[in-house]
Amino acid sequence: MIRHAPLPFLLAAVVGLAGAVGAATAQPPDGAAVLRRVDENMGADSKVTTSEMIIRGRRGSRTVSSRSWIQGRSRSFTEYLDPPREKGTKMLKLDDQLWTYTPASDRTILISGHMLRQSVMGSDLSYEDMMEDQRLVALYDAVIAGEERVGDRPCWVLALSSRGGEIAYHTRKIWVDKARDVVLREERFAKSGKLLKTTEVLDVQRMKERWVPTRVIFKDVLKNGEGTEFVVKAMEFNAEIPDHLFTKASLR
Amino acid sequence: MIRFLLKGLLRDRSRSLLPFFTVVLGSALTVIGFSWINGAMSSMIESGARFSTGHVKVMSRAYAKEADQAPNDLALAGAGGLVDELARDYPAFDWAPRIVFGGLIDIPDERGETRVQGPVAGLAVDLRSPSSPERGLLNLDKAVVRGRLPEQPGEVLLSDGFATRLGLDPGATATLISATMHGSLVVQNFVVAGTVRFGVAVMDRGAMIADIADIRGALDMDDSAGEILGFFRDSPYIRDEAERAAAAFNLTHGGDAGEFAPQMVSLHEQSGLAQMLDWATQVYSLMLVCFILVMSIVLWNAGLMSSLRRYGEFGIRLALGEDHGRLYRSLIAEGVIVGFLGSVVGTALGLGVSYYLQYKGFNLGSMLKNASIIVTDVLRARVTAESYVIGFVPGLAATFLGKAVSGIGIYKRQTSRLAKEFEA
Repeated sequence: MIRHAPLPFLLAAVVGLAGAVGAATAQPPDGAAVLRRVDENMGADSKVTTSEMIIRGRRGSRTVSSRSWIQGRSRSFTEYLDPPREKGTKMLKLDDQLWTYTPASDRTILISGHMLRQSVMGSDLSYEDMMEDQRLVALYDAVIAGEERVGDRPCWVLALSSRGGEIAYHTRKIWVDKARDVVLREERFAKSGKLLKTTEVLDVQRMKERWVPTRVIFKDVLKNGEGTEFVVKAMEFNAEIPDHLFTKASLR
Repeated sequence: MIRFLLKGLLRDRSRSLLPFFTVVLGSALTVIGFSWINGAMSSMIESGARFSTGHVKVMSRAYAKEADQAPNDLALAGAGGLVDELARDYPAFDWAPRIVFGGLIDIPDERGETRVQGPVAGLAVDLRSPSSPERGLLNLDKAVVRGRLPEQPGEVLLSDGFATRLGLDPGATATLISATMHGSLVVQNFVVAGTVRFGVAVMDRGAMIADIADIRGALDMDDSAGEILGFFRDSPYIRDEAERAAAAFNLTHGGDAGEFAPQMVSLHEQSGLAQMLDWATQVYSLMLVCFILVMSIVLWNAGLMSSLRRYGEFGIRLALGEDHGRLYRSLIAEGVIVGFLGSVVGTALGLGVSYYLQYKGFNLGSMLKNASIIVTDVLRARVTAESYVIGFVPGLAATFLGKAVSGIGIYKRQTSRLAKEFEA
C-alpha cells in the first residue's frame, strides 16, 4: 500500500523547495523534491484533452485522434474520433480497471491480465502505460544522477527506482527541465535492466500556470517502426466534467 | 551346390534353426521400425502441410523471418493478384491464402458482460468460395462434430472441446478479441456455426476456423494474407519439385529488395522440418546398424558353436582335398541361404504387423495433448516399396558377417595335423 504525504506538508515542501532551487543552483536539489514538482506541474483536478497519435509503423503511418476527459489521476474517459474504423471506440478507466467499448460489436470488454501489455491502437503505448495513474513520487525513489542539456534546456537527470509492488517499469531515467519542471526525455527499464521504452518531448507550451509537453515521441524499443508521436491539440484544465461520464453506462 | 547346402541345412537343423530365427526376428523388427518411422514422419508432414506449412508457402520476407509468431502486420498485401499469378505460373499446385491469428474468445452473459474467456488460435481460410480447396484440405466435412460448416458471413467453427469448455452450442455468439494488422484492438462478434474435431492436439485444444473474408474485415487486412499455401494438386509432397518451384519463384521476385516482397519456401525449409526429417533418417540408420551388429554377434556366436560341433566334418572335408577357401565360401553360402530365407519370413511377418499398424494405428492423443507440433493423434505405420526390401539388409548382412567372422577358424586347421587329430 502506498502512503500519501499529508497535503499541507506537500505544499510546504513544494514552496520551500522552489525557493531553495532558485537560490542555490550550485547545490543539487533532493531527487524526490524535483519529482514532486514534476507531479505538481502535470497534476490537475480535471482536464479535457484533444490529441492525435501519429503512429509510424513499418508499413507507413496513420493518425488516430481522440478526446479525453480526465478527473484526478484515477478516472478518465476517452473517445476515439478518427479514423472512421476507430470512431466511436471508447475507453473508461476507473482506478485500476480499464474497459473498452467498440460500437461494431456493441460489447464492453474489461482489459485485464496480459491484454494490458497490448498496444493501444497499434501505437507504442500500452494499456498498462495508460493505467499508470499515481504520482511518480508515490511509485519511485528518486536520486539526482547528474545534469545534462536536452536541446538547449538544462536538465536534472533523475534515476528512479521502484518502491515495490506491481509496476510496469522497475526503473526509469528522466531528464527534467530545471526551470519548467517538465520531463523532456525518459527511458523506462524492465527489472532485468532491459530498456523497454523511450520518450522524447519535442515541444512544450505554457498553458495557464503550467508547462505542458504538447509533442512527445513514444518509442517501444522492442517494436520495429519509428515510434508514436503524441500531439496535444487542445487542453483545458480544471474543466467541469459530469460525473455520469465516468460510468460504464456512458460507454454505449 | 546350393541344393547340397540346402539339404545339409534342412537335415541338420541345429546348424540353421537359431540363425534362422535370429534373422526372422531382426528382419521383422527392421521392417516394422522402418514402416513405423515412415508412417509417423508422413503423418507429421501431411498434417503439418494441411494445417500449417503447405507443400510450399508464400510469405513476405519480413513475415517469413518471424513466421512462428504469425505477425500479421507483416502480411502480404495484394494477395488476390499474387494468387492469380501463382495459379498461372505454377498450375501443378492448388493455392490457398490464409491468415493465422491469435486472441481471446469472449462469451457474454445476458447483460453483455464477460461470462467466460479462453485463448484461441485462429485460422482464416477460404470457406465459402465453391472453387476453394480448403474444405478438402482440412477435411472439414468429416471434422464437424456438432452443427454445420459456415455458410453465411460471420459464421465460424470452433474446436469441439474448446466450445464445450466455454459452454457454447452451435448458434451461440462468440466475441473475438484480437488485434488488427495495424495493432489496434479488435472486438468482433461471430456466430458459432458448428464445432469440429481434427484429431490433431494442437488444433483441437482451442482453434477457431473462420472465412478469410470475415477475418480480413475484422483485422483490417483488406486483400491481404499472412501466407499463401501451395499443395500439389495430384500427388503428395515431392521435395525436389517443391524446392524447384520455390527457387524459380524467388528468382522471379529477386529483383524486389523490399522486406514485404513475396518469398516462397518449401515444406522442408519450414519449422525446422528439414532437421527433424534428417534426424529421423539418422535415427533409423543408427537403428539399422545396431540391428546388424547385434544380429552379427549372435550369428557369430552361433557360427562358432556350429564350428565346434562340425569340427570333425570340416576335418574330413579338408582331408578329402577340399581347400580352405572353398570350405570357407560354402560356410558363407550356407549363412546367406539362411539369411535369405530368414529375411523372407521376417519381412513377411514384419509386413503383416506393419499393415496392421497402418490400418489400426496407435492413438497417442493423451501423450500429444500439450504438443506444439502439428501431428495427428493416431499415428500409423506406412508400408512402402522399401518396406519389402529393407528387412533383407540386416538379414543378409548379419548372416554374411557372422559366418565370415566365425568361419575364419577354418584357415587355422593344418592339413598336416589332420591325421593326428583323427587318431585322437
